Amino acid sequence: MADKPQSNMLACVEAPYLGKLKTGQFEIQHCRACATHFYYPRVLCPSCGSSNVSWVKPSGKGVVYSTTTVRRKAEQGGDYNVSIIELDEGVRMMSRVEGVDLHQIHIGMKVAAQVSVSADVGIVVWRPQVSGGAQS
Amino acid sequence: MTHHPLRGSVAVGGVGTFGIGEAKGYSSLEILAGSVRAALDEAGLNTADVDGLFANTSEHSHPALSVGEYLGIRPAFSESSSIGGASFVGYLVSAAAALHLGLCNVALICYGSNQRTSVGRLKSKSGSQSYEAPYNPRHPITSYALATARHMHEYGTTREQLADVAVSARQWAQLNPEAFMRAPLTASDVLGSRMVSDPVTVRDCCLVTDGGGAVVLVRADRARDLPKKPVYFLGGAIAHWHMQVDQMKSMTTTAAADSGPRAFAMAELSPKDVDVLEIYDAFTINTILALEDLGFCKKGEGGAFVQGGRIAPGGALPVNTNGGGLSCCHPGMYGVFTIIEAVRQLRGEADQRQVQAAETALCHGNGGRLASQVTALLGTASTL
Repeated sequence: MADKPQSNMLACVEAPYLGKLKTGQFEIQHCRACATHFYYPRVLCPSCGSSNVSWVKPSGKGVVYSTTTVRRKAEQGGDYNVSIIELDEGVRMMSRVEGVDLHQIHIGMKVAAQVSVSADVGIVVWRPQVSGGAQS
Repeated sequence: MTHHPLRGSVAVGGVGTFGIGEAKGYSSLEILAGSVRAALDEAGLNTADVDGLFANTSEHSHPALSVGEYLGIRPAFSESSSIGGASFVGYLVSAAAALHLGLCNVALICYGSNQRTSVGRLKSKSGSQSYEAPYNPRHPITSYALATARHMHEYGTTREQLADVAVSARQWAQLNPEAFMRAPLTASDVLGSRMVSDPVTVRDCCLVTDGGGAVVLVRADRARDLPKKPVYFLGGAIAHWHMQVDQMKSMTTTAAADSGPRAFAMAELSPKDVDVLEIYDAFTINTILALEDLGFCKKGEGGAFVQGGRIAPGGALPVNTNGGGLSCCHPGMYGVFTIIEAVRQLRGEADQRQVQAAETALCHGNGGRLASQVTALLGTASTL
């Protein structure tokens, strides 16, 4: 195999991913060996096992693959959304859709990524796409 | 034809339950031990005879160690690998292999939980995964709700069809004195019940109960000398493809599409040969997905398939004849109860809910968030 580095040559990916998120940058991984994208961050490609993986900046666009309203008492914060987003790159992630009424969120809805940073932790959330593409 | 070496090689000699529903004051190990006593009594065996231990709970980090010590069992072979609630159906496969290879002579599969009367909700060692946690999914309901919503979107499955799964399970439970929820339930009751995570209502969710279950297995030659009519292991297979649901290639196809065909191949059976099914119904969508993925109907047609009482008492295909996780019991990891009910059906001991002339049964375990899928086929002596 061309890509068979020593195990101690593997760069860690989880901490850098979370570190970049804190600065508002969202990246996913791409496998150079089998040319697939993947999420969440791993040191080995889940499609082919290669360690020859790199970071890429996704288009930031996706669609709602599935969605649910989790019911919660008002005094505990009220109902909220949990969705599975399929990114243009083909990978899926659990996240939530913000900036729109809960009952308007539907499968197939076009959404754009936004990194929300709070208390020194960044997370990716999604908002309905506006014409012109991804929000940053 | 060359048979798979495990086909028919081992048999269930005893099953037992204890504390199904509520067992106030009992610990999980006490409940487990009660079911073990009952299963060993059926088999005419004792703890000293057990040398293969296959145990799991939602409380112990090393379940085989805790259970072995508690029961005074010193196993020559033990297993407590955890793939969620399907683990126990998986143990059927590993117990069959261990018995066949002579690694042990009497295998005991066992489980116990007091989750209802101790904490009143699902006791689970498996919480949200780190990349899911920021979005606060309600474990495990939200993951199943997302799969349900996607199935409805892709195939037009309706909430009414999902409700039919719950109603069918309840109708079976009404025939089972051991079942925890036996009050009449209609589709409109299900549709009108409290929404938890759209489109899943509380009646689309399995129960939160206490309960323990145990299964004793021996090699086939020895089983014929035990008091009960032997129920033979014909085939089994384990599959899992993900942990968190966003990693599923398709959220409407589970690894049962892999475990099913392999189990059927080992058993030399096909879906049309199965007389009774015991499917791990953590949620109403589980039954629909399993019927599709195991080949009882085409992908996407599971909703229509369960309509009109087809899987209810008197229907063409008896499914979850004890009432399932939806209406009989769900102590947190339900898998062992699919085996126990299948054995009772194949022995002809199911009284009012007995499926006539049942010779073959399918047990199907589900674990995690639609993640582990384990299929096993059992049969009477006529199937050998």
